[in-house]
Amino acid sequence: MTALADRPAGTRVPRGRRPALVVGIAVVALLVAMVLSVVVGAALLSPVQVWAGLTGTGADQTVAIVQDLRVPRTLLGALVGIALGVAGALMQGHTRNPLADPGLLGVSAGAGFLLVVAIQFLGITSLYGTVWFGFAGAGLASVLVFALASLGGSRAGGPTPVTLALAGVAVSELLIAITSALVLRDTSSLDAYRFWSAGALDDKDSLASLQIAPFVLAGLVLAAINAPGLNVLALGEDTARGLGHHVGRARALGIAAITLLAGSAVAVAGPISFVGLVAPHIARFFTGPDHRWLLPVAGLGGATLVLVADVVGRLVVRPGELQVGIVLAVVGAPFFIALVRRRKLARL
Amino acid sequence: MREAGVLTTARRGFRAGPVTGVWRTRAVLVAVVTAVLLVLVAAVNLGRGDFPIPVTEVVRILLGGGDPADAYIVTELRLPRTLTGAFVGAALGLSGALTQAVVRNPLASPDILGVTDGASLFAVASVVLAGGAGVSGLAVSPVGTPIAALAGGLVAAALVYVLAYRQGLDGFRLLLVGIAVSSAAVSLTTYLLVSANVQQAGQVLTWLRGSLASRSWENVVPAGLVLAVGLPLAIVLAFRLAALELGDEAARGLGVRVDRARAGVVGVAVVLAAVATACAGPIRFVALVVPQIMLRLSGGSRPPLVGSALGGALLVVAADLVARTVLGEAVPVGVVTVVVGAPYLLYLLVRRTRRRTV
Repeated sequence: MTALADRPAGTRVPRGRRPALVVGIAVVALLVAMVLSVVVGAALLSPVQVWAGLTGTGADQTVAIVQDLRVPRTLLGALVGIALGVAGALMQGHTRNPLADPGLLGVSAGAGFLLVVAIQFLGITSLYGTVWFGFAGAGLASVLVFALASLGGSRAGGPTPVTLALAGVAVSELLIAITSALVLRDTSSLDAYRFWSAGALDDKDSLASLQIAPFVLAGLVLAAINAPGLNVLALGEDTARGLGHHVGRARALGIAAITLLAGSAVAVAGPISFVGLVAPHIARFFTGPDHRWLLPVAGLGGATLVLVADVVGRLVVRPGELQVGIVLAVVGAPFFIALVRRRKLARL
Repeated sequence: MREAGVLTTARRGFRAGPVTGVWRTRAVLVAVVTAVLLVLVAAVNLGRGDFPIPVTEVVRILLGGGDPADAYIVTELRLPRTLTGAFVGAALGLSGALTQAVVRNPLASPDILGVTDGASLFAVASVVLAGGAGVSGLAVSPVGTPIAALAGGLVAAALVYVLAYRQGLDGFRLLLVGIAVSSAAVSLTTYLLVSANVQQAGQVLTWLRGSLASRSWENVVPAGLVLAVGLPLAIVLAFRLAALELGDEAARGLGVRVDRARAGVVGVAVVLAAVATACAGPIRFVALVVPQIMLRLSGGSRPPLVGSALGGALLVVAADLVARTVLGEAVPVGVVTVVVGAPYLLYLLVRRTRRRTV
């Protein structure tokens, strides 16, 4: 992007250090959450023991718990949270709809559909295998949604926000309906599906974060490139075009980023819809609508939300645990409502 | 925006008591065609089954004649199911049209007001908790689940309303609070679903997809009553809805009490959706998609009310017909409404290149 696109006409230059301060606070919050996530768990370990485990000097069991269970899980939670937060902010920006979540592009529905197909018809049950199917399903669904929405969009440049949103809803619902019809026929895939759809970080391959990390990284890069363009699109498509922006290209870029981010998150952790929906709103309360600040804060906030919910899920029913997807909304909703009631609303 | 400008140059307005409106030939035409299709599909649906009855005979029975044995099958066994489907569909379509118009968002539906997810939570709880612990005989019985669903829908919607109310009811705040409350309800439902045993989970999942199986007159009456009250009320509120669409300031200028009008519309939408969900389970897609389909067919700037009600009824009854004749009873009607409705919306989206605001 050129220097001109970095400060597009019409977007406010951030006042002073405030947005930077917000990013700083978000980073600190995420670090605290990561530390908590490594320290707290079913096995009671003191911070000293955890440190010994991290450095590999503690008892074998401690080292195993910390290095093989807690650290991978924490990294995965952070990765999933960042991906969903940024994808949600992009989705809300592109559809200009506060109800949009990353799943709106058909990502979750597609992932769930191909997952059930893989289990039911191809007999694939290994976690490593199903992740790839979930990812492929997410990608295919979002390509389908984008293609259909483009056909129905304005002639000049890609889908309009409304056609994108509606095409996404229609395709998602269709896939979910077919999935649940498939699942009702077969108990074993019903079981797999209902646990997958609750959204969880436990029981994952410790390689899961490595599996998705490249895709998330690529998605984040695309999102960063897309951010200034998204600010201009917020002025309306005609204005954006008048300012010399290629609307269709910006949309395609955004959709690619959302697919990579949300697709990889959903493929490993299931449809954790609340993060993608709410993290951008929370971030917007503090940063305002400028996507260059909104996207990073939404990502950091999303990761913090996921990790905190995961820690709470481990604490409430010890030694068992609640899936993170379940805890998230129950813990996050009251917080979010309090925020909505107190703050002046930052509209899209 | 140009809309059906070919048909009329200046539209005639009309007034009948508290109802005012503009005559839109195309909207009326769409509504009439939908109504005719609805009657046809319903008649075919009534004839289909293990004991097929020709459509002409069905019509004769409905008009009061026909063979007594056939009449028994049609009126006692099959009519309740079809009527429940039609009433539930109409209530959902209307509720969706009202919600989308009042918050000015095409993705909104009564789900956003917490109704559907609250209803689902209470209903699932009535199956899983009562079934698991064997506590309450009432809650496990088929009567218990609809009542639990109705209560859940109304409680959740009231919660959303109370939490969103802050010096008036702001549409955007309503959406955000609705998202939060619905998500929390969905999470708790998922928790119950995961902690249930697999038979209960299957049963619950079937309910959660919406079903019209084994409906009797007990289901028809509440759905019919709420529709009989809700539809006229919605039509009376239509003028205020049109004013709200112009923005709060403009609506105030037109003499509409914005908060009261919005509360009224939301209230009607909530009750319609809650009763519909109690009768047939959460048939989610109808309230979201039917108003958008009818909007694209009829033209105009917001979803038509009567048209959406008729369209919802048609979609649900047609889906029931497809489910019963093509796919077999095992597939819940909620699945089929999506399979029938989603491709049609996609077709309309692809065919139309015009842009819409709502």
